[in-house]
Amino acid sequence: MTTYSPAAIWVMVGVVGVGTWLLRLSFVALLARVETVPPAVTRILRLIPAAVLAAITAPAITNAGGSFDLGTARFAAGVLAAFVAWRTRNVAATIGVGMVSLWVLQALT
Amino acid sequence: MRSRAAIVRDAVSDIAPLLIGVAPFGVIAGVAAVDAGLAPLQAYSLSPIIFAGAAQLATVGLLARDAAVAVVILTPLVINARHIMYSAALAPWFRPLPSARKAGLAYLMTDQAFAMSILRYGRKDEPIGDRVVYYLGVALSLWLTWQVTTIVGIAVGGGIPPEWSLDFAVPLVFLALVFPAITDRPTAVAAIVGAAVAVGAAELPFNLGLPVGALSGIAAGYLVEGAAQ
Repeated sequence: MTTYSPAAIWVMVGVVGVGTWLLRLSFVALLARVETVPPAVTRILRLIPAAVLAAITAPAITNAGGSFDLGTARFAAGVLAAFVAWRTRNVAATIGVGMVSLWVLQALT
Repeated sequence: MRSRAAIVRDAVSDIAPLLIGVAPFGVIAGVAAVDAGLAPLQAYSLSPIIFAGAAQLATVGLLARDAAVAVVILTPLVINARHIMYSAALAPWFRPLPSARKAGLAYLMTDQAFAMSILRYGRKDEPIGDRVVYYLGVALSLWLTWQVTTIVGIAVGGGIPPEWSLDFAVPLVFLALVFPAITDRPTAVAAIVGAAVAVGAAELPFNLGLPVGALSGIAAGYLVEGAAQ
């Protein structure tokens, strides 16, 4: 549960919202001035989703209890779900296998 | 020339299969916002204000853990930086439009609206007006689905028992999104280094492990790509 005040959250959500809109608008608005996207920018942007999504996901399953522990039900369920995600690339199947295996492991222990 | 109604029908039938994947994601985003301790109206506000699934999940996850303000703000913006690529790809098509129209269309930009529209624009030679109608058909279908499903998530959120561990669905969503993002060696290196550094730095204060991991991954992928050229 957050301890931030509702006012602080409104400000943060507002900043993220405006920032996201500016990212979406960027080249649509600027193209009259900028002819093409610099290649170095494209190279960096291309890498962002893989790096960020992996950096969010990995600690959520390796440090499920707050500290590094590969013996948790969440780590085992996460590894199974990762295998399904890798093989099927299907969001629903990944969530389904991950949740069901977590429930089974929690029921067994 | 096709009628506007026919173009809207094309748009809706093209986006429909993707909406099936978006719906559970929206419900989870709603549940996660309530779980983070946000009041219903504020929990919902992210859907119209930010309107980006992965970024909303990251924002409420970081709020729940009381991450530093800079981390709460910058993480979703880094996640959303991919929209710059979409913006660049759509920009030549939207070029003749007035600025106000561009601003509105940009607000509705998503992975799905971008992908569907670029496919269509490349295949069909249509007047600009029809292109905008198609984009709006796809983008507004997704917008409506997202608003409704996050509201459903917020409505049921408080009623779900904690034993169901539904919070685990959030890392599972990200897990499902990681693999399609890995398309070649540099993106694979970015993911592996990003994951490893984020785990190693997980105990840093203010959830700094996430930006440190992500930036390390991006740097590593960039170096690998440079070395290959």
